[in-house]
Amino acid sequence: MRHIISILVENEAGALSRISNMFSARGYNIESLTVAPTEDASMSRLTVVTKGSDEVIEKITKQLNKLVEVVKVVDLSEAEHMERELMLIKVRAGAKEREDVKRMADIFRGRVIDVSDNTYTIELTGDGAKLDAFIQALDQSAILETVRTGACGIGRGNRILRV
Amino acid sequence: MTTATPRSGPKPAPPPGRPAPAQAAVTPRVESVAGDRYDNVPMTGAQSLVRSLEEIGCEVVFGIPGGTILPAYDPLLDSTRVRHVLVRHEQGAGHAATGYAQATGKVGVCMATSGPGATNLVTPIADAHMDSIPVVAITGQQSRPLIGTDAFQEADITGITMPITKHNTLVTDAAEIPRAIAEAFHLASTGRPGPVLVDIPKDVTTHKTEFHYPDSVSMRSYNPVKKGHAGQIKKAVQLLQDAERPMIYTGGGIVLSNAAPKLKELVKRTGFPITNTLMGLGGYSGTDAQFLGMLGMHGTYEANMAMQHCDVLIAIGARFDDRVIGNPAHFAQNPRKIIHIDIDPSSISKRVKVDVPIVGNIPDVLDDLLLLLGKSGSKDIKAWWKQIEEWRGKDCLKYDRASKVIKPQFVLEKLYEVTGGDAFITSDVGQHQMWAAQFYKFEQPRRWINSGGLGTMGFGLPAAMGVTLANPGATVACVTGESSIQMCLQELSTCKQYRLPIKIINLNNKYMGMVRQWQEFFHGNRYAESYMDALPDFVKLAEGYGHSGLLIDKPADVEPALRETFKRKNDLVFLDFITDQAENVYPMIPGGKGITEMILSEDL
Repeated sequence: MRHIISILVENEAGALSRISNMFSARGYNIESLTVAPTEDASMSRLTVVTKGSDEVIEKITKQLNKLVEVVKVVDLSEAEHMERELMLIKVRAGAKEREDVKRMADIFRGRVIDVSDNTYTIELTGDGAKLDAFIQALDQSAILETVRTGACGIGRGNRILRV
Repeated sequence: MTTATPRSGPKPAPPPGRPAPAQAAVTPRVESVAGDRYDNVPMTGAQSLVRSLEEIGCEVVFGIPGGTILPAYDPLLDSTRVRHVLVRHEQGAGHAATGYAQATGKVGVCMATSGPGATNLVTPIADAHMDSIPVVAITGQQSRPLIGTDAFQEADITGITMPITKHNTLVTDAAEIPRAIAEAFHLASTGRPGPVLVDIPKDVTTHKTEFHYPDSVSMRSYNPVKKGHAGQIKKAVQLLQDAERPMIYTGGGIVLSNAAPKLKELVKRTGFPITNTLMGLGGYSGTDAQFLGMLGMHGTYEANMAMQHCDVLIAIGARFDDRVIGNPAHFAQNPRKIIHIDIDPSSISKRVKVDVPIVGNIPDVLDDLLLLLGKSGSKDIKAWWKQIEEWRGKDCLKYDRASKVIKPQFVLEKLYEVTGGDAFITSDVGQHQMWAAQFYKFEQPRRWINSGGLGTMGFGLPAAMGVTLANPGATVACVTGESSIQMCLQELSTCKQYRLPIKIINLNNKYMGMVRQWQEFFHGNRYAESYMDALPDFVKLAEGYGHSGLLIDKPADVEPALRETFKRKNDLVFLDFITDQAENVYPMIPGGKGITEMILSEDL
């Protein structure tokens, strides 16, 4: 099963490497990984999307907690949460396709953030499935380039992850 | 020098060509450090490093100097509290630090230069990591402006050792050295112990700084638990009281947490059978009637059978590894309730699903458990003991005592007798290690020092150096084989320099014996590269290093040779026993098989 795990980690050199190293050394899967500093400059927050049985997820959580730089670990998928991912996608948009592409972007609430004679670059956020659906909805041969951030997530309501 | 550090002047160099005067003991830390904290005293990063080691009570450092660590060696020359032991290869430094730590429970310290010095520490660091031994490794690193430029003797040692250390750190500011050292010792020795590496660039050690030693160490992300969960302990006690076929299975955690006295109380109060893992030997008396011997791949028949057929298993400071329970699916065929006490949550339910997990420091948990257990008795387990005695009746460790060639088991039995069971025994890895584990009955923890998890050939001799330096005057023997001993043989020179009277028990069957055994069983007697041709004359070799050696090739000579050797308190003696080439270690669970699918000597 797919799980989204949030990790608060000391903002130190090597911390990210130690975490990703643990996943590969123990044969756990990483589907996506995002990391950035938090409002507290001493800490970064990582979001890892992984797949595994409940036993595997329990092992991952324990191994993460064992790393000295890891301050807190939460499996967001245990309860209500939201996730978002950002995608930038560059598509061919010549005179012929321009309108169709713009309309499709509007339907998915994407924004065109760069325009050239024959391309549009569209910014789109949402959960992974929505981004996948947008890619599917486009003419496949028109897609020139995509870049996705991987998911980040946060608990609903009073579910708060902090030290 | 412009610093205010008091200097006692360099120690006189030993005359060339002669061994250094024997130093009777590691200088104990006699005075309190509170009076001379040297706070705010200007000094170099290197001096700050040595001061920090003094503050923390480090008595001995094993290492070899070299380019980037040179500044750190300079103030070591003046230290009256920290003694440096010059090894002959950094691997020896790491294993010596491990042996020191295993024998004392204190943190072992090793030091090396950057590049090859640091990478030579990789094996002993991985070894200490697998066996959870508290070791701090200090490595030199290229100066900060050179890092990342493929400079001479540059290696990314923090990157390399990331998966094999409990933690590691690159110190980038001289002012941070005392905290880095204090944290390294704290991390290495608390919670589940393990190796910590501190990498210090050369320009950080030469940089001027002020010395501030932290009053205490606290890390928000690192808070190992002590007390176990009360509700879980209650559940465990209930299971123990209801058990009809109980079994106690303990590992290295008992030794590491100094829990042997509490374990003894548990065993005696319950009357339950107990087995130890390879790392746990000495955690419980090897001669007590309730002790079933070691379990696992080369464990006793009775211990393995009892593990499989018990109805309640209490595992304490052990981790159900593959060499212990064999195939987990086979192990799970018999239903049983499992209680698991360990300080490391990630060890629980890792290979075997556990019913009652208790995370905590073993002595604390056992205190609480014994308190509850005291109130009511447990079931009558006479029938279970009767079954165990039947298994024990198989006498699974029997061997041919009438043999005309020396049986390795016989040497170990005699070693046990001659040393009165009271020696520190280190071992290398292979058949001799298993026979030592089977035939030397350890009464106390920290007497059996071996490489369990990593299985590092070459461990025994340097580990014995660490043990001897920690216990001057004690009887220390290194049980080894002709193949293992050659992997860190250079340390015979260190033994000469520091006059370490280790007794080397070399079981020489001219084969990498365990490899040969596996080839016999699993590769149709095809002995690919396991025969050790062109072996040196070990007697002459020992003599070449300034020690004595003796070759023994008749069973009748074994005991007299051992007796004579152990009388020589001040000498290293290399005993080369020519043993039966075809002898195998029994019982044996083939890899991937179940714990009861043992091959016994009688089956063949």
